[in-house]
Amino acid sequence: MKKLSARRRHPLAAVVVLLLALAATGGLYATLAPASQAKADDTAQSLAIDEGKKLYSVGCATCHGTGGQGSSDGPSLVGVGAAAVDFQVGTGRMPAQQPGAQIPRKKVIYTQAQIDQLAAYIASLGAGPSIPTKAEYGPDGADIAKGGELFRTNCAQCHNFTGKGGALTHGKFAPSLEGVAPKHIYEAMQTGPQNMPSFPDTTLTEQNKKDIIAYLNAVNGGNTESPGGLELGGLGPVSEGLFAWIFGLGALIAVAVWVAARTAKAKKS
Amino acid sequence: MSSQDIPEENLPAEQDAHGAVSVADDKDPFADPGLPPHEHRIQDIDERAAKRSERVVAMLFTVSMLATVGFIASYVGIPHDKAIYVFPIGHINALNFALGLTLGVALFTIGAGAVHWARTLMSDVEIADERHPIEASPEVKAKVMADFKQGAKESALGRRKLIRNTMFGALALFPLSGVMLLRDLGPLPGTKLRHTLWSKGKLLVNMNTNEPLRPSDVAVGSLTFVKPEGLEEKDEDFQTQIAKAALMIVRLQPENIKDKRELDWSYEGIVAFSKICTHVGCPISLYEQQTHHVLCPCHQSTFDLSDGARVIFGPAGHALPQLRIGVNDEGYLEALGDFEEPVGPAFWERG
Amino acid sequence: MSTNENTAPRRGKAPAGERVADWADGRLGIYSLAKTNMRKIFPDHWSFMLGEVCMYSFIILILTGVYLTLFFHPSMNEVEYHGSYIPLQGQMMSEAFNSTLHISFDVRGGLLIRQIHHWAALIFLAGMFVHMMRVFFTGAFRKPREVNWIFGFLLFVLGMFTGFTGYSLPDDLLSGTGVRFMEGAILSVPIVGTYLSFFLFGGEFPGGDFVARFYSVHILLLPGIMLGLMVGHLILVFYHKHTQFAGPGKTNNNVVGMPLLPVYMAKAGGFFFLVFGVITAIAAIASINPIWSMGPYRPDQVSTGAQPDWYMGFSEGLIRAMPGWEINLWGHTLVLGVFIPLVIFPLVLVAIAVYPFIESWVTGDKREHHILDRPRNAPTRTAFGAAWISWYFVLMIAGGNDLWATHFHLSINAITWFVRVAFFVVPVLTFIATKRICLGLQRRDKDKVLHGRESGIIKRLPHGEFIEVHEPLSQEALHTLTAHEQYKPVEIGPTVDENGVERKVKGSEKLRAKLSEAYYGDESQIPKPTVEEYKEITSGHGHH
Repeated sequence: MKKLSARRRHPLAAVVVLLLALAATGGLYATLAPASQAKADDTAQSLAIDEGKKLYSVGCATCHGTGGQGSSDGPSLVGVGAAAVDFQVGTGRMPAQQPGAQIPRKKVIYTQAQIDQLAAYIASLGAGPSIPTKAEYGPDGADIAKGGELFRTNCAQCHNFTGKGGALTHGKFAPSLEGVAPKHIYEAMQTGPQNMPSFPDTTLTEQNKKDIIAYLNAVNGGNTESPGGLELGGLGPVSEGLFAWIFGLGALIAVAVWVAARTAKAKKS
Repeated sequence: MSSQDIPEENLPAEQDAHGAVSVADDKDPFADPGLPPHEHRIQDIDERAAKRSERVVAMLFTVSMLATVGFIASYVGIPHDKAIYVFPIGHINALNFALGLTLGVALFTIGAGAVHWARTLMSDVEIADERHPIEASPEVKAKVMADFKQGAKESALGRRKLIRNTMFGALALFPLSGVMLLRDLGPLPGTKLRHTLWSKGKLLVNMNTNEPLRPSDVAVGSLTFVKPEGLEEKDEDFQTQIAKAALMIVRLQPENIKDKRELDWSYEGIVAFSKICTHVGCPISLYEQQTHHVLCPCHQSTFDLSDGARVIFGPAGHALPQLRIGVNDEGYLEALGDFEEPVGPAFWERG
Repeated sequence: MSTNENTAPRRGKAPAGERVADWADGRLGIYSLAKTNMRKIFPDHWSFMLGEVCMYSFIILILTGVYLTLFFHPSMNEVEYHGSYIPLQGQMMSEAFNSTLHISFDVRGGLLIRQIHHWAALIFLAGMFVHMMRVFFTGAFRKPREVNWIFGFLLFVLGMFTGFTGYSLPDDLLSGTGVRFMEGAILSVPIVGTYLSFFLFGGEFPGGDFVARFYSVHILLLPGIMLGLMVGHLILVFYHKHTQFAGPGKTNNNVVGMPLLPVYMAKAGGFFFLVFGVITAIAAIASINPIWSMGPYRPDQVSTGAQPDWYMGFSEGLIRAMPGWEINLWGHTLVLGVFIPLVIFPLVLVAIAVYPFIESWVTGDKREHHILDRPRNAPTRTAFGAAWISWYFVLMIAGGNDLWATHFHLSINAITWFVRVAFFVVPVLTFIATKRICLGLQRRDKDKVLHGRESGIIKRLPHGEFIEVHEPLSQEALHTLTAHEQYKPVEIGPTVDENGVERKVKGSEKLRAKLSEAYYGDESQIPKPTVEEYKEITSGHGHH
């Protein structure tokens, strides 16, 4: 892990990443180019796996082992499925910057095409959940109210009523769900990243997940209305109390100072 | 506790008794110079300034009137479900915002006008008002004591002890009726806190799908909440029943289970624990699948689900009760009985 | 008010207003009442208006509360939601929650009134807290105002419980969690806990009764008592007349300020509208208790970040910081982990409430006090008050430990451990630090009196030395800075009487002597400048 982060800070790291990106784009072009589309699908698939493997050996193998078997620095990736890769790399959690109580979300450094290649490679190591399609996580046919009930039963205990996040033990935390892509929310439920438990389709059906995502979009999306005014972080009474003290009582004391102050006296000429 | 025995000289000197205005002199440079002379405000000596103040006050009152008109207009004109975007507040309800601001302005400007009026146009000459001791004079006190003695004597309460005692008895007893009347506020606890809806053979119904659960549905690292078969959300006593019967299901690798009884009561690594915290009853379910810790969001009691759900941090006093589970003939998970101990917060009779 | 040709009252021919007043006077005696009160004097100081903030927010609470009762249904019958808030369509909820949603989304202005009501409640309690601290730190609780201090304290405590029962009424997921906590706390009471809980909830939690019961407590019982206490509080303020800070012309036997009619009628009357206006504007701008995003209460659901309103925060802190002690003996359980916090909860409040009586016992002072202390001139009292506030705030931090953890990237366990230590240590440190600061300020005052004010003018003396010119203070300032009283420590009188017989010194006497030494000994106050010192320095025997 340390080796990786040291390398990532190397002045040439950016060049390496850039070259990789160019190579990957070229590779992607090759796979998507009309000429090769005529070939069988499995060829494209195996190409993607090959490219993914290359990306893997540069960015991931240090911790997860050359064959994805895991090491003391990172868990085995056999059988985690494409969805896990798409979530971890697509939200910037992987590659990890440094070990810690929790690997936080950060800037994504791979393109979606590269992520798909990585995912294809990991999926080839062992069967696991695949990347969901728009039909699965999209808003069509979702029951928002049912989603709300499911959210309060399964999610709110860690992520708060409307997904603002919350604390876990020893510095770990359930992150805020604000601005997280529906696809990633779906994948998180399905795969249970880090300390989050998983909610596989057998216990939380595809429809359930769709409902939850629709509910989240309704109560914590970009256009969510907060009818009463400032949301104050959506954290409940603590921020409300602070607001009441600072702005409520603060304003009233300022007014009281004005009411009780002496009026300016005429200056002596 | 009496303070009679504190010598007078330990108390600081009384401030000069009459509030007299005295001049600082060689004897006492710290003497009270008395109220400073009144200084005039601009409004007191310049009529134009006073007129300006008058106009400001009148303007504030006028703004208030306009704001009230605005309130009524908003009430009538703005649909109650219209949302608007106001920077930097965000997407908010237009009616609430308009009503609140107009009403706020209408009220605030009345106050501001009145205060401005008082501050600039009413006399600002400070007036000193004498205080009088709160304590009554000795004569008044003597009169009251005498009156009281007379009254007490005339009532003969001290002399006729029988009346006194029975009266106190009657007055002391009658509130008991009131206490008795509170009896039917609720039933006696009995053993209600010891039993839940779980019993042998009850299927574990997934709360998300409302379907009974099979062992194969439950993956390692997953978290599922279940209720006893037959309990529906529309039932009359759903709230009271689920308050005790709520259950969380997790699956561990059997070799990760450290507690022997937990292993015995599990099914292929699937364990069922009460979701109700043993501290004060919050639904505890912040499950960390890598550490197998479950945290209570209310008071941070932490339980180790791989070790009999014993308490490893926080204010809870005992482990989460475990429900013994198995699989029935059709392959569904079922309870093998009720909880062996009361779920939820501890209480005196719990034992 | 010109003095008039006709000395005899011409009742009947007077203007209409006067005739009404005459009518009322003949039945209510209003002229005698007005004689003493119409030109009652109130001193001007912003901190004297904090009590008014409380009174006015209480009136606002009553006004908005009455409006809310017109729409609220205090019932726990389960209904299916079909109002205008989409994300809860078809959900099962109690009628209480349903009607609160109705007020918020379908009654025009209902949301505004709800928000004014809730914001006013938070500000009411915050105002009472600050008002109480103002009274505490200036020593305004001293004789003859001890009873009023207790009235005010009871108002604060009752306000807390009125608030608690109030925010529990909507039966939302957050407040329901709070009620569940309360049930758990009641269950922990030895011997009778289970019975109390069953009587309160009409059986097992949550049952179908508590909203209706809290409702009558919240809108009738507690506010009724509070209204009575508040009227008593006000009557006493009028009766005692207001306290004032020391200053020229202000003595223990007078009160200097502006008359009720017209100045304070306008200022205090206007202040009501100002308070109402500010709270209304806040309710227009900031959302409070958005119960729709919390959802209806279900005992098997919860959200992280479950906190009570701020005034209950310290009790939440107590319960979060407490280790989980539980004793099982002879078939019974003593739930110390919950019961100890339940006992400390009132003790935290009582600690500040009884202080005035302890101080008056230590000083043995039985005189009336109408001149306020500057906090620095009562170092021990000020230090005690500051220590109490720090204690209270440590507990509030504990009450929000999960939010501190997420917002400052800390471990929740570390915060809890910090609080467990800080609960004992921080008040002591605050006490010591505050006392030292007070003594430092006293020294500075003494310096100012003796050497004058630093003028900022640097002067070069003929031989090259630079000095700062000190300006002597005005007589007003000299008086103000030396007006405070200083007690001497109480000593245990002679232990041998005139006949040489040793008398027994009571323990309480010894304790008082010790406390008095701690209050007023050499370590605890800087003797104020004497006339002799002043004269010696000002008569020209050199500066510094």
